Amino acid sequence: MTIRDIFQTMDYGPAPEGSAEAMDWLKAHDNRFGHWIDGGWTKPHQTFATKNPATGTELAQVTQGTEADVAAAVKAATRAQAKWGRTPGHERARILYALARLVQKHSRLFAVLETLDNGKPIRESRDIDVPLVARHFYYHAGLAQLMDSELPGMVPVGVCGAVIPWNFPLLMLAWKVAPALAAGNTVVLKPAEYTPLTALLFAEISREAGLPKGALNVVTGDGATGAALVAADVAKVAFTGSTEVGRRIREATAGSGKALTLELGGKSPYIVFDDADLDSAIEGLVDAIWFNQGQVCCAGSRLLVQEGVAERFHQKLKRRMDGLRIGDPLDKCIDVGAVVDPVQLATITAMVDGNTEGETYRAATPVPAGCFYPPTLITGLSASSRLMQEEIFGPVLVSMTFRTPEEAVALANNTRYGLAASVWTENLNLALDIAPKIKAGVVWVNATNLFDAAAGFGGVRESGFGREGGWEGLMAYLKPAGTAKPLKPVAAVPAPNEAVVEGIDRTAKLYIGGKQARPDGGYSKAIWSARGKLLGHVGIGNRKDIRNAVEAAHAAKGWGKATGHNRAQVIYYIAENLAARSAEFAARLRDMTGRSGEAEVAASIQRLFTYAAWADKFDGVAKSVPIRGVALAMNEPVGVIGALCPDETPLLGLVSLMAPAIAMGNAVVLVPSEAFPLAATDLYQVLDTSDVPGGVVNIVTGGHAELAKTLAGHMDVDAVWSFSAADVSGLVEKEAASNLKRTWVNYGRARDWTAEGEGRAFLRAATEVKTIWVPYGE
Amino acid sequence: MQTHPTPTVAATDLLPQVTHVRNPGMPLDLDWVAGVQANTSAIERRCATLPGRRSVKKEFQAAWLLKAISLIDLTTLSGDDTPGRVQRLCAKARQPVRADLLEALGMSGITTGAVCVYHEMVETAVRALEGTSIPVAAVSTGFPAGLSPYRLRIAEIGESVKAGAREIDIVISRRHVLTGNWQALYDEMAEMREACGEAHVKAILATGELGTLRNVERASLVCMMAGADFIKTSTGKESVNATLPVSLTMIRAIRDYEDRTGIKVGYKPAGGISKAKDALVYLSLMKDELGLPWLQPDLFRFGASSLLGDIERQLEHFVTGRYSAANRHPMG
Repeated sequence: MTIRDIFQTMDYGPAPEGSAEAMDWLKAHDNRFGHWIDGGWTKPHQTFATKNPATGTELAQVTQGTEADVAAAVKAATRAQAKWGRTPGHERARILYALARLVQKHSRLFAVLETLDNGKPIRESRDIDVPLVARHFYYHAGLAQLMDSELPGMVPVGVCGAVIPWNFPLLMLAWKVAPALAAGNTVVLKPAEYTPLTALLFAEISREAGLPKGALNVVTGDGATGAALVAADVAKVAFTGSTEVGRRIREATAGSGKALTLELGGKSPYIVFDDADLDSAIEGLVDAIWFNQGQVCCAGSRLLVQEGVAERFHQKLKRRMDGLRIGDPLDKCIDVGAVVDPVQLATITAMVDGNTEGETYRAATPVPAGCFYPPTLITGLSASSRLMQEEIFGPVLVSMTFRTPEEAVALANNTRYGLAASVWTENLNLALDIAPKIKAGVVWVNATNLFDAAAGFGGVRESGFGREGGWEGLMAYLKPAGTAKPLKPVAAVPAPNEAVVEGIDRTAKLYIGGKQARPDGGYSKAIWSARGKLLGHVGIGNRKDIRNAVEAAHAAKGWGKATGHNRAQVIYYIAENLAARSAEFAARLRDMTGRSGEAEVAASIQRLFTYAAWADKFDGVAKSVPIRGVALAMNEPVGVIGALCPDETPLLGLVSLMAPAIAMGNAVVLVPSEAFPLAATDLYQVLDTSDVPGGVVNIVTGGHAELAKTLAGHMDVDAVWSFSAADVSGLVEKEAASNLKRTWVNYGRARDWTAEGEGRAFLRAATEVKTIWVPYGE
Repeated sequence: MQTHPTPTVAATDLLPQVTHVRNPGMPLDLDWVAGVQANTSAIERRCATLPGRRSVKKEFQAAWLLKAISLIDLTTLSGDDTPGRVQRLCAKARQPVRADLLEALGMSGITTGAVCVYHEMVETAVRALEGTSIPVAAVSTGFPAGLSPYRLRIAEIGESVKAGAREIDIVISRRHVLTGNWQALYDEMAEMREACGEAHVKAILATGELGTLRNVERASLVCMMAGADFIKTSTGKESVNATLPVSLTMIRAIRDYEDRTGIKVGYKPAGGISKAKDALVYLSLMKDELGLPWLQPDLFRFGASSLLGDIERQLEHFVTGRYSAANRHPMG
């Protein structure tokens, strides 16, 4: 084309970013890579190709990691951890700072290599991914610096196994490696099969930061390598990827005592109200679903638009889609690059082609041959449509309409996932009303896909658990110092040969929805004192009782919306009424356990006061994020928490779990000590007289093993805690995989419920951090 | 996607050929004005990423820069303007790029989009541009503040048209926007349009003085409803002139107006655009948001005085491979 021609057509023309330096780096390694273990390269073996998805050409051969490779890496990491974990925070901060600087110094090399390996537009790797990576290391250099003074008593968990996805290869590395190293852990990282190259480059460059050998190890390979890493002798597994694989990891690590964080899939709602700036909401969608070809876990992939403006909105949206340029990811003038792999392209294609509902609009923009998929909009779907429920992980937006804010929330929450959401309205009242109601870890108001190292990111429901970024993210890489003793099994007092039966029969019942309920099964169990006295009977609860209790807990929705002040009043009132009957409770404890109960009752009253105090003081935080606006980290109730209560201190243990949970606005299903349940059944009378709304606290007595299985497997329970003396930790974690509910279990370790039975750890377990981004400015 | 007829070389060589129906205006629609939403943060975020999203290189960049020249309202609006100064400017408008460079680029017939002067300089400019199709634009209506007697502001338009101005850049009464008196703004604009007769009218909103992007969009709509052929950001005399967020807001209004009425209204950012790179960003913004018709002088102009110099240097760099210097290009 001559300049005269171009003067007429005003075409953009090619604007390719050079790739020579990245190719040279690959060539310097003979385009063959081993693993990076203990500060050096291993010899390549059993290699497979990693390709440029835009062209299908091979970039390099990388090694399929074996169990032995993983073991060698874990060994190196273990060796390094002993020293790295004791390195002063300032020393670690200096090295993280150097890593941040190195990422900046090699920014273009990282960006080009990322685009070559992944297919994402160079603009995104250059302007978004790599700057966020540098920012993550800077921020965590700061956390390393401050950790010693700000988090006394916390120590690193140990060796962390990180398994990361192919959609943000380097950024996900940063999200795992930065907090792990900052906290004093060492890492074995398994990058995705499709996109291993930037992790290898990062590992090599990390030498120049003075990172000790073995602190960061990279083992490449496919899912089998990842599975080997999960199974290896690591203290923590951090995974980002699909919900399906996350569930398998939850099952595989159940009961192992390995700490686990999962950042999984999503079908994030993108809600547009009729008073939104529609054009800006459309630009937001470009960044939501056509960013990284829609291969984003938090992609705003589910458009919910208010009916009155839907037609106009869709029309504007289609026109915007037509203007998207799709093609060579290295071209600086491209909006949509290549899908990561032909396998993923086939998945996207099959899902869209398999859909028979609604209307499908493909952007009227040229699509190159190869691994490319056009920006696509499917309108007129309903909540029951498969594409409205399932993650496509491609540049495909599905859309439906709503009528009222209430309906928008209901539709937004009508999903198994809960990762992110966008809310577009110019009405502040509406935005700040909707944001807390949406089940998600992140909500963007009049924005989308804003990320920052200071702001927690992560999901609820089947989008996983744990947060990445901020202090809350660092906590996932720390544990309290000290080792807990093994917990001895606590058995109920067996029936005596000579039964002593006195007084009028008292029948303890279950407590469900604020009412006493007979056990569904119609079975009861006698509880004997140490001296052979019949203390009473408790119902043997079964799965149906759990079902009823969970339903009752959900019916107590208002509790989560009550003010902290109100909840505090109720908890103080429980304490007051318990105090009034403290002699009776102390006697009961003495009868059941044979020990004096006075101290335990006093401690329980004090504990109630603690959480009455906390009810209006576990404040959220306004994060310092680099935008004009605020990112509010709100501590929201988890929802319905099932708790298997300790046996050591049957009243104090139960109160120690119940009180933080309800103080934070949760409803609970408590399974009291199996051996000594009567303290709990006596307590429901206290609850009844203390204005605790029905359903907020439910008590189901019975066998821990049976009830744990039902509770942990229940799809409508959001978290299960177990401090049971029964060996149910593994069972709870395994069953919890069903809906990926949060778990907090004792792994058969004892806890001193008087000295270590309260504090922020309990509050953190009782809350989810929701980050609400509110940009502002007029 | 809408398709637009591509103008022929001959047509664009004879700038500015008007190829679109003039905006006849429409009754003031206050519901539409009241319903305007402009989210500043989101608009700023979009604009911040624009330069990174689009890139034109090599011969494409050269062609785009030549296009930018053809869209410049080459401007002098100084108290010390004299006939000599204006004649020099007009000579530059006729031949904005050194002949040898233009030849090396394989182009001919490039002129600026117009010459923009104060009323007193209109006759000089018209004479200096005789034999070309370059129109003379006059700033008018008590430019830049727009606070002289209303009767005189209207009369000023007539004087400039009589003197030969084919385009009139009027300034609106900012107070009508700031007090929400949309009817007054509409009436004023309509009367000014009327006074322009055959001359095209560009409505200068003085966006730097309107307070909010919402106001910018409302004022844009009202001026279009009242028949503005172009909407223009600034006089160049405000402390903040053309910015990308303001531009995005105004061209979204233009798009909505076309959707509603089928009428294309032109856009002119003015003040603060002095680098070739900035011009390329604006052109890609127009292309992506409004389409190819807005890359022609009948629907898009840069109000700029120093932009041309930077473009000339970039063009010489393209031709020779060497970075250029200002003294190698004739002054305007």
